[in-house]
Amino acid sequence: MLLVHCPYCEETLPELEFAYAGEAHIARPAEPSAMSDEEWRDYLFIRSNARGPHFERWRHLHGCGRFFNAVRDTVTDRFLITYKAGEPRPDLSSLKEAAE
Amino acid sequence: MTALTPDFTPGPLAESGAVSVSLLAPTGRFSLRARATDMPVLSKAVGVDLPAKIGARANIGTVEILCLGPDEWHVLVAETDAPRLVERCASVYADAPHSLTDISDREVSVRIEGPEAAELLTLGCPRDLDRIAEGEGRRTLMDGATVVLWRDGKDSFRLDMWRSFAPHVVALLETGCAELAAEQSGLANRRP
Ligand SMILES: [Zn+2]
Repeated sequence: MLLVHCPYCEETLPELEFAYAGEAHIARPAEPSAMSDEEWRDYLFIRSNARGPHFERWRHLHGCGRFFNAVRDTVTDRFLITYKAGEPRPDLSSLKEAAE
Repeated sequence: MTALTPDFTPGPLAESGAVSVSLLAPTGRFSLRARATDMPVLSKAVGVDLPAKIGARANIGTVEILCLGPDEWHVLVAETDAPRLVERCASVYADAPHSLTDISDREVSVRIEGPEAAELLTLGCPRDLDRIAEGEGRRTLMDGATVVLWRDGKDSFRLDMWRSFAPHVVALLETGCAELAAEQSGLANRRP
């Protein structure tokens, strides 16, 4: 089982309490009606599908209830960092260095 | 199958010798959601300082509060005092916008008590219970059902659960009690 650090609870807790919620930092377009079908399709469905560090959302569903963001390596399943929703995307190179 | 009587009569549900499970009497229950900046005003209205740390508790009189999230509190209050709580929160609504939802009928609670209480909970709770201090509480899981776990003492817990999940959770606790009782009486050693 994965252990996930919740940035709100400030505890590292069993994965069972959490729900995965897709790729992070995908902002909903301010004016959907101004977009082409292709752009709208890309917003809805096209994801980076990263091999390696992946920015993703999680929710501490059976806990504090909060959504937050994480960087998880999709190869090793290792969490490099978790951070509160609304905080900027952390710098990947410094995360990788810290992990090594 | 269900261990609960149709009218949810409070009283003992299961017993192993080293741990007992009993259904608690109904109480007033509220979900309070508010911004952290409005905590001082609401604390005054409720009459108890809202704890700011997730998992922390506070109580005065019959009001007992557990912080579940950065903007969420679980409030227990004697049924007779519930109308007053609602009234006092409503009176500060303009200063401190919030949501106070009566969830009294949504949940039932059991007390789990005895030297093997934590052991029994490990049957369905993935948490490391040693990291929940006495006098704290958390929202967590019990075999797939969301529950609120209150640790009242080293060997004394309360478990609040949605009433529709209660037959499942209580049946599991009953099974656990039977297993612990069998272990104690040495029957477990005789299993093939
Ligand atoms: Zn949390």
